[in-house]
Amino acid sequence: MAREYETVIGLEVHVELATRTKIFCGCSTAFGGEPNTHTCPVCTGMPGSLPVLNKKVLEYAVAVGLAANCKITRYCKFDRKNYFYPDNPQNYQISQLYLPICRDGYVEITTESGTKKVGIHEIHMEEDAGKLIHDEWEDCTLVDYNRSGVPLIEIVSEPDMRNADEVIAYLEKLRLMIQYLGASDCKLQEGSMRADVNLSVREVGAKEFGTRTEMKNLNSFRAIARAIEGERERQIDLLEAGEAVVQETRRWDDGKGVSYTMRSKEDAQDYRYFPDPDLTPVHVSDEWLEQIRAAQPEFREEKMERYRREFDIPDYDIEIITGAKRMADLFEETVALGTEPKKVSNWLMGETMRLMKETETDAADLCFSPEHLAKLISLVDAKAITNTVAKEVFEVMFAKDIDPESYVEEKGLKTVNDEGELRSTVERVIAENPQSVSDYLGGKEKAIGFLVGQTMKAMKGKADPGSVNALLKELLSKLQA
Amino acid sequence: MANIISDETIEYVGILAKLELSDEEKEQAKKDMGRMLDYIDKLGELDTTGVEPMSHVFPVENVFREDVVTNGDTREELLTNAPGEKDGMFMVPRTFE
Amino acid sequence: MDLAQMTAVELSAAIREKKVTVREAVEASLDAIAKREESLNCYVTVDREGALQRADEVQKKIDDGTLTGPLAGVPVAVKDNMCTKGMLTTCSSKILGNFVPTFTADAVIRLEEAGAVILGKTNMDEFAMGSTTETSAYGVTRNPWNEGHVPGGSSGGSAAAVAAGECFFALGSDTGGSIRQPASFCGVVGMKPTYGTVSRYGLIAYGSSLDQIGPLCKDVTDCAAILEIIAGHDPKDSTSMKRDDTDFTSALQEDVAGMKIGIPRDYFGEGLDPEVKASVLAAAELLKAKGAVVEEFDLSLVDYAIPAYYTIAAAEASSNLERFDGIKYGYRAEDCEELHKMYKKTRSQGFGAEVKRRIMLGSFVLSSGYYDAYYLKALRVKALIKKAFDDAFSRYDVILGPAAPTTAPELGKSLQDPIQMYLGDIYTISVNLAGLPGITVPCGVDSKGLPIGVQLIGDCFREKKLLRMAYTYEKARGPFGLDKEGR
Repeated sequence: MAREYETVIGLEVHVELATRTKIFCGCSTAFGGEPNTHTCPVCTGMPGSLPVLNKKVLEYAVAVGLAANCKITRYCKFDRKNYFYPDNPQNYQISQLYLPICRDGYVEITTESGTKKVGIHEIHMEEDAGKLIHDEWEDCTLVDYNRSGVPLIEIVSEPDMRNADEVIAYLEKLRLMIQYLGASDCKLQEGSMRADVNLSVREVGAKEFGTRTEMKNLNSFRAIARAIEGERERQIDLLEAGEAVVQETRRWDDGKGVSYTMRSKEDAQDYRYFPDPDLTPVHVSDEWLEQIRAAQPEFREEKMERYRREFDIPDYDIEIITGAKRMADLFEETVALGTEPKKVSNWLMGETMRLMKETETDAADLCFSPEHLAKLISLVDAKAITNTVAKEVFEVMFAKDIDPESYVEEKGLKTVNDEGELRSTVERVIAENPQSVSDYLGGKEKAIGFLVGQTMKAMKGKADPGSVNALLKELLSKLQA
Repeated sequence: MANIISDETIEYVGILAKLELSDEEKEQAKKDMGRMLDYIDKLGELDTTGVEPMSHVFPVENVFREDVVTNGDTREELLTNAPGEKDGMFMVPRTFE
Repeated sequence: MDLAQMTAVELSAAIREKKVTVREAVEASLDAIAKREESLNCYVTVDREGALQRADEVQKKIDDGTLTGPLAGVPVAVKDNMCTKGMLTTCSSKILGNFVPTFTADAVIRLEEAGAVILGKTNMDEFAMGSTTETSAYGVTRNPWNEGHVPGGSSGGSAAAVAAGECFFALGSDTGGSIRQPASFCGVVGMKPTYGTVSRYGLIAYGSSLDQIGPLCKDVTDCAAILEIIAGHDPKDSTSMKRDDTDFTSALQEDVAGMKIGIPRDYFGEGLDPEVKASVLAAAELLKAKGAVVEEFDLSLVDYAIPAYYTIAAAEASSNLERFDGIKYGYRAEDCEELHKMYKKTRSQGFGAEVKRRIMLGSFVLSSGYYDAYYLKALRVKALIKKAFDDAFSRYDVILGPAAPTTAPELGKSLQDPIQMYLGDIYTISVNLAGLPGITVPCGVDSKGLPIGVQLIGDCFREKKLLRMAYTYEKARGPFGLDKEGR
């Protein structure tokens, strides 16, 4: 009988913090600059340069730790992790090994099989590395230090997860929590959230963990799920064949669906950590900790609770809207402008979600403002534009946050209330569609729908469908008589 | 000499430190390191039970920067010392397989 | 007027009084350089044109009253491990043979703002690792008192340049005695301030927790004036201290009545040259005659300072020197297709033997399985050493002893046996471990005609006590210098 295996998974999640400047220097963390234009002597490892800690990094790290129920290390230090690689300009990374800022926390996750706690072993602060680009022409590597020194926190979980569903639930939970804190936008695709998967397998019932591997280069939830499945199978195959799993770091190739070992003989994995003599310890006082605690935002569960109390919208809507910080902010701010909650929710649940899916836009990147959404809704309410037009306008708003009022004005999209123009269009449609007219007159009431559609099309959507319907009925009834 | 440094150790430390020693240098390094370690072993004579390792002499803590951008684009300067440069980046031997 | 006789403070006064121009002062230094540099080799880089141009700029600012301080117009030499924007900075290493920094060290900026004129960069032991200036990739520096001898190190170029009149004062750095020992060997005043007093920003690190910049100069008055200018809090250096007592020149008082001097017996035992011993003890007698209370005591732990120091310094150095990899600046080995080969070849060709020795040792003591036994143990011993000094300073204002066991050794005699060389640092090294200030003042010459220095060690932040005692001693001792000793 085939043996049954259990998968044991722990995660190391790197999150880029949303500070304006790098962790140890005053360089911008903005994306998209020309290579090496956001650099200085500190983040390029120039001789004689020295690091000074960005206070905001510590505050974000503590805030995340509090949200993840961690113990905050009141006296923490930075250590140097020594290894040679061109993306690491000093050839050591400033990180935390001996006294990380947070320890012993947990988050609760919910999957189809229920709710469970995933332990957080520690959270530490560190600096990001630069970017390496392969130059095909010269067959060499080019180094850009714009990302070098961007602040990261690394969240190390306990090996508490057993399958991809749990892993994804855990990541979603972290992502949402951190987004709510405003500590990061947590985008996997852009690398502002990165997950390394530590995975081992063992026979069901076994007490000891198996030998684990670490999988890197996972930049979507889909890739993570596939890598977990792939690695589980690879390890089981090894064990079934009587071979041992080697403890190593592997790189996932999502295109090919396979992983490769990253070992090399020049890679001793002996990082010679020691306290960085250039940085002084950080002491988090009671008062400071309380300040950070007091500034914690309303998290999702509390928000959901409040929405249920305050707004008359379905639970399903609440779940979706609070599922992204930006969505919840848009909702609340639009409602605060006096718009009916249900109407705001409808726009978010309907058109917004549809366009997000269509354009593969992350909620964090929604660009339209609450003011403009409120204006759009009031234009519809005032019957100044039709629903059809409103959707058109919204698509433009979604792409580049235009002011719907001036846009409607400019493009002449206002609903036509000119009785004469509408009447002549309806008369023309009746004249041009004798088949539908006779169908309707013959008792097929549904045929009127086609005529309404034709009228709306002829009016370029700028007519009120209710009025069109009424006018059609009026004129058709005259024909009948 | 109490500390005998093996070839493997010298080889290993060479990998860590990214130093390539000639055979002659290796022999010398084995001897030097062994002697230095013998000498350092003297510290073992001291009872340091309960003594906190002291990295910083003064209890200075919480030295911070505010999160304000102070640096601009100094790429041109940055690259003046680069042994290899292309397209505003440092050029190094291939790191991709 | 004989400019060569003048101290920095005297020179700037003469310039302010229009007895001398800044250009004349700079030319006097450049003349001395032209005369002696070929044999002494104090400098790695001399910036003749830059210095003369700067002299004229400074003169204008003195004339229009912008610059009024005690270093305005004074030619200075800077150790070659401090970054100077636009001026070669090599650390006397091949690996930085072509490195031109894009910024200037904070201490040097403070000098420039005070109107000092930088003549060039002085030779040193490679990356400050050594006690003789013989590990420089750019040739040895010779002792101006006797060219067959070393100037000491690692700030040997700075000390020799001051002694030979090739500058009016110099900056050095001191990680284990690198200012105080060469000052002693070259018969000049040298001071290492309390850790954190002078910013390390722009100082190319050797042992970050031990490194301090300080002055090498002709007398104690200059020393106080220079320190007053280079000291100060720097937000770019996290280990820089906020002090409100850096008015060091106020301590230049001839008064040691009632001050308590401790003489550690451990500093006068085996290994100390009898002539050095006699000369240093005579200095103590002189201070006693001036009213100080002198007492012998047991400092303890002296023998443990060197092994603790070499463990900590080598560990920090192994990490600090990782950035020299041939990618961003400096030397890169030719024709390396493969990355790790490039690293290894670059570093093996770029670093000298002593630097490699310390990098290897440092990498080893930090490596897996040895960190606790070596590195942490050394940090614990450091704590004990600090405590021993705390105890001593609860009883004494100043500790007095030699700066080195001997006078300057002959060229070529020191490098063969590293342990023997490291033992020479025995009186200076624990001062760095404990972060204390220390000053050496010339106190005599031996029978070979080589200078001897007395070292005064103070408690943290008590530079003023040191300066006051050194100043009083200097006044009592009378004139001293290469020229005054009839050489």
